[in-house]
Amino acid sequence: MESKKITDKKKLKLAIGLGSTCSGCDIAILDLGVKLLELIGLADIVFWPTVFDFKYSDLKELGDKEIDITLHHGTIRTTEHEEIARILRKKSKVLIAFGSCSCFGGIPGLCNLTDKKQIFDAVYGENLSVANKENIFPEEKLLINKNKSITLPHLFDTGKTLKQLVEVDYFIPGCPPPMQLIEGLIPLMKDVLGGAQLPEKGTVFGSKKTLCDECTLKKENKMISKIVNPVTAIVDPERCLLEQGILCMGPVTRGGCEARCINVLMPCRGCMGPGPETEDQGVKMISAIASILGVKDEENLTDQQIEDLLSGIKDIVGTFYRFTLPDALLNRKVKERR
Amino acid sequence: MNRIGVFICHCGLNIAGTVDVKKVAKLVSDYSEVVYATDYMYMCSDPGQDMIKEMVKEKKLDGVVVAACSPTMHETTFRNTIASVGLNPYRGEIANIREQCSWVHQNTKEIATEKAVKIIEAIIEKLKLDKPLVPLSVPVTKRALVIGGGIAGIQASLDIADSGYEVILVEKNQSIGGHMLQLSETFPTLDCPQCIATPKMVQVGQHPKIKLLAFSEVEEVSGYVGNFKVKIRRKASFVDWDKCTGCGFCMEKCPAKVPSEFNEFLSKRKAIYTLFPQAVPNKPVIDSNNCLYFTKGKCRVCEKNCSLKAINFEQKDSFVEENVGAIIVATGYDLMNKAEVGEYGYGKYKDVIDGLQLERLLAPAGPTEGIPYRPSDGKIPKEVVFIQCVGSRDPEHYYPYCSKICCMYTVKQAMIYKHAVPDGQAYVFYMDIRCNGKGYEEFLQRGIEEDRILYLRGRVSKIFKDGDKIRVWGADTLTGRKIEISADLVVLAMAMVPSKGAKKLAEKLRLTTDDYGFLTEAHPKLRPVESLTAGYFLAGAAQAPKDIPETVAQASGAASKVDSLFSKDELYHEPIIANVDEEVCVGCGICEVLCPYEAIEIDEQDKVAKINPALCEGCGTCCAACPSGALELEGFRRKQILSMIKVFAEV
Amino acid sequence: MFEPKIIGFCCNWCAYAGADLAGINRNQYPPNIRMIRVMCSGTIEPLYVVKAFKEGADGVFIGGCHPGDCHYQSGNYKTQRRIVLLKRAISEIGLDPRRIRLEWVSAAEGQRFARIITEFTEEIRKLGPNPLKLSGVENGI
Repeated sequence: MESKKITDKKKLKLAIGLGSTCSGCDIAILDLGVKLLELIGLADIVFWPTVFDFKYSDLKELGDKEIDITLHHGTIRTTEHEEIARILRKKSKVLIAFGSCSCFGGIPGLCNLTDKKQIFDAVYGENLSVANKENIFPEEKLLINKNKSITLPHLFDTGKTLKQLVEVDYFIPGCPPPMQLIEGLIPLMKDVLGGAQLPEKGTVFGSKKTLCDECTLKKENKMISKIVNPVTAIVDPERCLLEQGILCMGPVTRGGCEARCINVLMPCRGCMGPGPETEDQGVKMISAIASILGVKDEENLTDQQIEDLLSGIKDIVGTFYRFTLPDALLNRKVKERR
Repeated sequence: MNRIGVFICHCGLNIAGTVDVKKVAKLVSDYSEVVYATDYMYMCSDPGQDMIKEMVKEKKLDGVVVAACSPTMHETTFRNTIASVGLNPYRGEIANIREQCSWVHQNTKEIATEKAVKIIEAIIEKLKLDKPLVPLSVPVTKRALVIGGGIAGIQASLDIADSGYEVILVEKNQSIGGHMLQLSETFPTLDCPQCIATPKMVQVGQHPKIKLLAFSEVEEVSGYVGNFKVKIRRKASFVDWDKCTGCGFCMEKCPAKVPSEFNEFLSKRKAIYTLFPQAVPNKPVIDSNNCLYFTKGKCRVCEKNCSLKAINFEQKDSFVEENVGAIIVATGYDLMNKAEVGEYGYGKYKDVIDGLQLERLLAPAGPTEGIPYRPSDGKIPKEVVFIQCVGSRDPEHYYPYCSKICCMYTVKQAMIYKHAVPDGQAYVFYMDIRCNGKGYEEFLQRGIEEDRILYLRGRVSKIFKDGDKIRVWGADTLTGRKIEISADLVVLAMAMVPSKGAKKLAEKLRLTTDDYGFLTEAHPKLRPVESLTAGYFLAGAAQAPKDIPETVAQASGAASKVDSLFSKDELYHEPIIANVDEEVCVGCGICEVLCPYEAIEIDEQDKVAKINPALCEGCGTCCAACPSGALELEGFRRKQILSMIKVFAEV
Repeated sequence: MFEPKIIGFCCNWCAYAGADLAGINRNQYPPNIRMIRVMCSGTIEPLYVVKAFKEGADGVFIGGCHPGDCHYQSGNYKTQRRIVLLKRAISEIGLDPRRIRLEWVSAAEGQRFARIITEFTEEIRKLGPNPLKLSGVENGI
């Protein structure tokens, strides 16, 4: 009876497109469980390459703005990703950057610390496990015979976020987005169906505050005297991890995940992206952590001691921009040209 | 949309000689939201200021940029100018095109002109986002709390009270007076401290504006400058001081004998006691740890002998609350805990004593009436060895700092000793002699020449008992010889440390201290009597080792700071302070530990940082560290700085 | 010749006053630096430095009070630590850390201020333009 009622209704067209992705976002959608049925009840899926055998031609056949809602996940790494993103924009009424990669570049976005040449050199040459005596590297254009060639997508030097290519309506961050935010799609879909007022363009789904707001650990005193490794340290399960010297990105990261990592005593890694009032996640963390580290006896610290203290923070960009490098102010590695 | 006016000063040729001011005015007048731009020979002159005023009215300006000299010169001038025509003074900004442009780029006029334009444009961008600000005003409670009744506290209390303001003086001991009252004589004049300090104590006791709370301790302080609420614990004295007249009969009759703190344990006092005969207040307290009634359950001799029925064994600690506007901390010093120094036989040998003990032995009113009978057998010592810098200037073991007074008091003690024992000999082992006060060096020379004090530059390596003598082994590093002295008495110049409990009190008051517990002044040179926390002032050895003249000077300094605070009915505070956006703040607490003024508190309930505007000095350190971006420094908001960066980075 | 663009941040009490003194002394220095006055070096966020580079500055100068002389007691210590960490971060991104210069300048050091700025301008000139300015969307290292 229930299902009949839904099928009677007009249904939305939903697409789920992707760039460079681990497909964890797809899994997260599937993890909706029973709610997935409700979602499917509201929308027909017109494109979801991870799950169904859609072809790009299916997508191209759709008219402009024919898709009601598109979720896009993954970083833009290749010409293929770019093409798909542009098509999705054109065909969709509402385009949502779904997951940290699409929103901020995500883990694949760390590619901006290197470039295509270095990646190819490593993957097809230098890596110890590679046996490539002939030095064969993939080529974008491959001649099959005289008349026919096939073209592989071109890999960019720089990974990009969705909004760096096309206009994005909403953002659902997280790696993958937390369940409670994905569930938020259902009321959104109902609003689209019912023609209700939609959230303001550019809205980021998640908390209006940074993660510390929902973290339940006890805060006592933010002075820290050294950086400790969360894996080897003996962690007080009651107390703020940052206060114990563990690099927790919570203070500079948008809330909305209900501190799922911290609840299992792993520090926040920042997948929800910068806080609502922050333009650049990492640089805020640099300021915050350098301010409180060694503050207690700061007047007696020598330059060397300061270096030593701060050397507890390894791989600054990889740690503080783990999910947001392409979206950061300084968003890729450059080379001084003297 | 702003209506901004830009006024470019020639400053004679100081600016106009290098910067093409006409061109600047023309270029700037085209800048967005600028409705008027002009140049003038001297903007700070009366006609210059009048022009600004007129144009504010005529062009309905809501913000003014004066491009002229450094803001440190005339920012206040021009802010007052625009305030006089009804504009918020903080809607006025200075573009520094003199000190940081025309004067330093005299050879590159064209580039200097370009740079002047950029400087002005950046300041315009800042001004666009300047909010009108209003100085904060807080009413002042014109009463002061002085903690510590030594000479510092006494002096500060009298100074403030003489200016007509009420003072609450809290002293933890039975009487005010402090260490000064223990001294034999004072350097470099050799006058008796009782003669000069006792009258001041009496004045304190009788001053209508001073409320003396002896045998009391500060329990809790809340509030901020101008508006502190203080809770004071009045320790149970078991004597009803309202009834007691201080006749002293009870003390005479008390059978219990207890080592006297005031006499540095060289004599006994009673279990019901005043610190010394001239005590202020002259009302005894019962030492419940040693009173026979409290320890054994019977006696009550004092009670029987008190005709006024002032003895009350049932008395409990009580609390009083006072509202004050300023607090002076004058908690003084103690000598370093002698048990800490093992090597000089202190505690093992009765005739190894510290400086304060010798003071008592040499004091005319002391337990030996000024004749330095030595503690072990009462003999008059013929050879006395003084050892300097015990614990001080010894960073490896104890304290790195110089205790400052020991060089001088040792000269004094050796002198007084010689006056009491003319055929005696005083030896002083020293590291350096530091006599850097008025008349101090002369005093030392007098000691060496007239009283034949023998100064030996070197450290003592060993002290051990040899019959009734104390053998002192040391080195004279000037002659390179080993020295051995068979002494009758050894006096250790122990390091000065903050008085017992001062550290805990500092925590209660939220005052910062150095590693050793001495209170931190707001600025080591320019604000030596203020604490970092507004409304708190420092006096005496609680801040650092110092002698009596310096202590008194600092106390008077602190008192005059309090007076000037009280001279206003309301305190005005620069509105350039940090501001929390509670919609954004999550109360992570990073800012809290960075504030040097303790102006930030985390509201655990609302999970937000709360800034006490009266305490914030506006450095902005918290704002730069704030990870959520909730904190902003008014007048220097993040957007303002970023927009200036944008202007400056443009081609 | 390449004219570097340098953005300076100076605390009101020491470095800015030192810069003023350079003017009063007429100590000449290259005009490439453009100064932003802040109350304390402790209020200078790494964000400002990064933003300056992003917007195209070739160098960033930060001036504060000498250690122990901070008008607000301890702001400069925080700045020092932030800048040490920030320099490491920008080197990871490929920028030469010498593009950031943190100096303690007292209000009495006008001449020294002029000398530092002259030196720094020359140093940046040698380093060449900020490579961020040259990097487009598709740009390898």
